[in-house]
Amino acid sequence: MSDKKPLLSFNDVHVEVEGKEVVRGVTLTINAGETHAIMGPNGSGKSSLSQALMGHPSYAITRGEAFLKGESILDMDPDERSRAGLFLAFQYPLAIPGVTVANFMRSALQSHRGKDADMSDFRKLFKAEMNALGIDHVFATRYLNEGFSGGEKKRIEILQMAMLQPSVAILDETDSGLDIDALKTVAEGINRFHNDNNGILLVTHYQRLLNYVKPDYVHVMKAGHLVKSGGPELALELEDRGYDWVVGEEENQKVEV
Amino acid sequence: MTDAVQRQKDDLSQLNNDYATRYGFHDPVDYFHKGARGISHEVVEMISKMKNEPRWMAEIRHHALDVFNSKPTPRWGNTKLLNEIVYENIYYFMKPIEQQGKSWDDVPEYIRRTFDKLGIPEAEKNFLGGVSAQYESEVVYHSMREDLTKKGVVFLDMDAGLREYPEIIKKYFGTVIPTDDNKFAALNTAVWSGGSFIYVPPGVDVAVPLQAYFRINAENMGQFERTLIIADKGARVHYIEGCTAPVYSTDSLHSAVVELIALEDSYIRYTTIQNWARNIYNLVTKRATAHKNATVEWVDGNLGSRLTMKYPCIQLVGEGARGEILSVAFAGQDQHQDAGAKVIHAAPNTSSRITSKSISKDNGRASYRGLAKIHKNATNSKISVECDALLIGEDARSDTYPTMEIDNDQVRVEHEARVSKVAEEQLFYLTSRGLTEDDARLLIVNGFMEPFTKELPLEYAVELNRLIELEMEGSIG
Ligand SMILES: Nc1ncnc2c1ncn2[C@@H]1O[C@H](COP(=O)(O)OP(=O)(O)O)[C@@H](O)[C@H]1O
Ligand SMILES: [Mg+2]
Repeated sequence: MSDKKPLLSFNDVHVEVEGKEVVRGVTLTINAGETHAIMGPNGSGKSSLSQALMGHPSYAITRGEAFLKGESILDMDPDERSRAGLFLAFQYPLAIPGVTVANFMRSALQSHRGKDADMSDFRKLFKAEMNALGIDHVFATRYLNEGFSGGEKKRIEILQMAMLQPSVAILDETDSGLDIDALKTVAEGINRFHNDNNGILLVTHYQRLLNYVKPDYVHVMKAGHLVKSGGPELALELEDRGYDWVVGEEENQKVEV
Repeated sequence: MTDAVQRQKDDLSQLNNDYATRYGFHDPVDYFHKGARGISHEVVEMISKMKNEPRWMAEIRHHALDVFNSKPTPRWGNTKLLNEIVYENIYYFMKPIEQQGKSWDDVPEYIRRTFDKLGIPEAEKNFLGGVSAQYESEVVYHSMREDLTKKGVVFLDMDAGLREYPEIIKKYFGTVIPTDDNKFAALNTAVWSGGSFIYVPPGVDVAVPLQAYFRINAENMGQFERTLIIADKGARVHYIEGCTAPVYSTDSLHSAVVELIALEDSYIRYTTIQNWARNIYNLVTKRATAHKNATVEWVDGNLGSRLTMKYPCIQLVGEGARGEILSVAFAGQDQHQDAGAKVIHAAPNTSSRITSKSISKDNGRASYRGLAKIHKNATNSKISVECDALLIGEDARSDTYPTMEIDNDQVRVEHEARVSKVAEEQLFYLTSRGLTEDDARLLIVNGFMEPFTKELPLEYAVELNRLIELEMEGSIG
């Protein structure tokens, strides 16, 4: 226990959006080397929690605390959280017309490394990661997410993660919109990224991604609460039985990991 | 974007200076001739005398002055700002030096330094076929590559053009934009000085761009350059124009007239990047005539100035002629960019495309004012108009005034207008990748401009991105 290194931990986090509380006291710690999955039905607050942790201005954390590598992130802007090592793969990545993937990626990496940092390795790195994820090089010069299919967008999200090498990656429904081959490549990408020094939080409605990316812990979210936690077997059970049998008796419980 | 562009962009962003230090400086010049303020027939006569012009040109000037005096100030655009112009306060003619330079060494040190700072000699070495550098009223430096001269390409300043090719100028001057077209065209015709005269002989392709740079240095200076470009049958030419001025507390006036004539099967592209200081009134008339199967393209970028009113126009008078106008405007604090485009289809099977992009920031205002006209005889013609406005901040303003006059029903007309804001969601997406909010906004704006930027030669694309960055930082003026 004592040699575990907490990377992302949050405690009793409440999130409000449009004046409505959609996350109602969630507690979790992700240690270095761990993969967690939060599963739950649509509308249970998974994306709201993810957006709030990344610092989206519309998703306010109204109560609780959150730490990245021991530092409180609540007063940090999204870009500071990113540079501190947090990453969110969006459920719905946005299109930025006129901005090429390469140019954007370069700016993002530059901002992580610092304004004056050497970027001479960028092209090589970028190409290597595109190859690994089976992304055609033409995407480098296409405008970010503009006209991309659902699956292409998700791959580009994983590409960004691979390039930025965050300490903690929250992956929000990264499996949705992927056919089986794409799912496998994306899962490989996640597994290649994962090591003893980083942590992953998979946010998903379905367990199919979990066939390829093995979580150490699975948590069930319902109506803004984590209502049950367990090992990977919990995901399979959810797959079999749906979410209804998980009832709210454990509501508000602190999840031990 | 290639690495080369990015590298240059990086280099440029190291410069860490703003408009005031980069363009806003002014030189203490010992003018060869500095006239008096105000305009009169005496001033007009003096200009004509100093230039040793033929009498017919002097007469055109005097007549134009009468037209200017009799024409009311336009009652559209920004009438409030237009009415603030004090014509008596302006210097209409300043001759910086007695003799034009053929090499940069011939140009006085202080003027050469100005153009050095603006990067003109560097660009000349690297990728231009010819350069003309105008300082106040006259061109102080001029050069053209020898191979182009040998092919019969004429690229002169307008004064020299009139001396050396009076017949051509007499034939075409004022035929595209008549003296009485509008008040500012009349003013230009009365006091014009400098500008470019280009003639490309039949079938000659000027593969490298020709460039002119216009610099206003003195306070209350009026710059009235006059440009005439003629592409003869099957000829091709790309002309680039750049403009800057220092920052003064009182206003200056820039009122150019540009006439393009694209004869059968020819091609003219005219690229402008204007980046005026914020006290400049920029009131310019630009118009082209495209003959049978000819193509004219205006690529027109407007930054800076207090008020810009400019609507590049293409008259498609020959069957199969094509026109394209790509215009961007950036209106920052206290600026009004009233820009737009006009296409007039007066022959069958003609086609045109207008793409207008504007950005308004702070309390800046960008207007699109357009005319698309199809005459009765212009059967089978096509017009497409696309206007895109981006607003940054709550006080920014954008308006669209499109006019369509369609007198033939066998035509295709498309019009699209969009206004968007830099969306919170886009900003969040980009900042969540580590970009600061300013960088994210700049990236979005540069992306918005991309359809324009990618039409520019590399060096200008880099420069434009840099200028937009300065505008976004609000460090200009
Ligand atoms: N931007 C928003 N505006 C209003 N309501 C929102 C917004 N985002 C999420 N919600 C609401 O918050 C609740 C949780 O949604 P969400 O976090 O997207 O759930 P999940 O990701 O688990 O499907 C839902 O009731 C949803 O309608
Ligand atoms: Mg969701």
